[in-house]
Amino acid sequence: MALIWEGLRRAVGLLVGLDREVLGITWLSLQVAGASTALALLLGIPLGSAIALTRFPGRGLVISLVNTGMGLPPVVVGLFVSILLWRSGPLGSLELLYTPTAIVIAQLVIAAPIVTGLTLAAVQQIPARFRLQMLALGASRGQLLWLLLREARLPMLAAVMAGFGGVISEIGASMMVGGNIRGQTRVLTTATVMETAKGSFDVAIALSLILLALTFLVNYLLTAIQQRRRPA
Amino acid sequence: MLEARGVAVAYGARTVLEVDELAVRRGETLALIGPNGAGKSTLLRVLGLLERPARGEVRLDGQPVGWGRDLLRARRRFASVFQEPLLADTTVERNVGLGLALRRVPGPALRRRSAHWMDRLGIGGLAGRPVRTLSGGEAQRTSLARAFAIEPDVLLLDEPFSALDAPTREELLRDLQRILRDAAVTTVFVTHERAEALRLGDRVGVVLDGRVAQLAAPEVVFGRPATPGVARFVGVENLLPGRVAVADDGLVTVDTGRLRIRAPGDEPVGRRVLVCVRPEDVVLGTAEGRPTRDSALNHFFGRVADLVPAGIQVRVQVECGDSLVALVTRHSVQELALTPGTPVKVSFKASAIHLIEREKAGGR
Repeated sequence: MALIWEGLRRAVGLLVGLDREVLGITWLSLQVAGASTALALLLGIPLGSAIALTRFPGRGLVISLVNTGMGLPPVVVGLFVSILLWRSGPLGSLELLYTPTAIVIAQLVIAAPIVTGLTLAAVQQIPARFRLQMLALGASRGQLLWLLLREARLPMLAAVMAGFGGVISEIGASMMVGGNIRGQTRVLTTATVMETAKGSFDVAIALSLILLALTFLVNYLLTAIQQRRRPA
Repeated sequence: MLEARGVAVAYGARTVLEVDELAVRRGETLALIGPNGAGKSTLLRVLGLLERPARGEVRLDGQPVGWGRDLLRARRRFASVFQEPLLADTTVERNVGLGLALRRVPGPALRRRSAHWMDRLGIGGLAGRPVRTLSGGEAQRTSLARAFAIEPDVLLLDEPFSALDAPTREELLRDLQRILRDAAVTTVFVTHERAEALRLGDRVGVVLDGRVAQLAAPEVVFGRPATPGVARFVGVENLLPGRVAVADDGLVTVDTGRLRIRAPGDEPVGRRVLVCVRPEDVVLGTAEGRPTRDSALNHFFGRVADLVPAGIQVRVQVECGDSLVALVTRHSVQELALTPGTPVKVSFKASAIHLIEREKAGGR
């Protein structure tokens, strides 16, 4: 128990004192997770809408693949992205391994199926009759897509949150393609693992608290918005 | 101004719509009636360029509409209201302005037109309300305002009242009738309610089994149905097949095998016809007294076979050789002490009869 109390006390000290290293790690985590989520949205929203709104042979298979992708183990993603970016690998010449960009790429692979799958579900739950009504009101293809996404904005928000929540808390991929290099690719999760291994529970607890707080914030915002818009 | 020519729609192997020609005139309200599943809504979607027919074309102002680049421009000349309000998840005002926003109508004009049509439909006070909080009637008014705000060349209404309760429907029907009269917008109105078609339609088209079986003024469709199917749909319950036995200067006598019925008509002797009599035109009386000789009136004696309440009236089936149905008030039922087996006199005027030639009508 003493270990926990002591750890907690010193962790609070680090946070209150705005420890430069802890702040740096947090900031990098936010940047990397933010960038990969943004890219995942850019990719997943059009893809998810397209799958939801069109009929083509093999559509069922594609949807199954997307759904499988929503549960991709980060370690597996880390492995394959590592191979891709390895010095002698297909993309080795880009020299991206052990850079924040590599983490963004790996996290994009993790988040894109999540955003795609949730967008697909969100757009698909809008009745076809609504689509017909919007076309009847004179919507062009682009306007129709915009109206559908706006109609599905609550579940879409869930897609954003789920994507962000998924990548900020994953560790396998960040560790494998980022390498946990101090000041360069060290993020909240990899740092926590390392500090724990070193026995520096105070720093590990401080980092965990920040991670918890971020996760809480994300979920709190989502819940708040959903509750505010509860149907009357 | 709006025409469908040689249009056919098939879902799989089943042809659900086949319309050789249908023309909607500028400024008129054309009511399309027919039973559920007859193809009315499909026809409306084809007319509104929302469903591409397997064959045929839709013409606007005499020009065939292509399904390529010009489609959006042509489609924007329409506005539709469906059975469900299908509102976007925002406020009433933003829904009413939605069609205009899609057409990039500038803000001030958009707000002015939205406000005008919200007032016309009696939802001016609800402008800022989220649509989730509206009642069914208010939501459908919003949908109607949204369509009218577009000020379309053609308004398409697909059973807009069928999901509403009776008093709400009546109110909305009255408002719509007034607005349609004032605005004189070309309208195609689909309904399975005959009363709505009678009230709103300048012309009525009856859609049966994917075809337009008859298209004419309401009094013609309801008074002189062209086919047995139309007759049944517009409420003619007595359809007796027979043959013209006597033809005498505008009056014929039709022999059904059991009854001889006098009716106005010019059909020659021997022509096979179908005698149409509406149940509300059939009068019941006591079976006492003697049959009067009256060429303008048909009398038969029979017995009550069945009584079925129909709202404030009662549907009485009488066996008098053929089976005839009369629609009478509850008061008459009491006065004549009608129960199954009661002997009654059945009469209907010759002028209440419409004859359909069976050769021409075919099986439909």
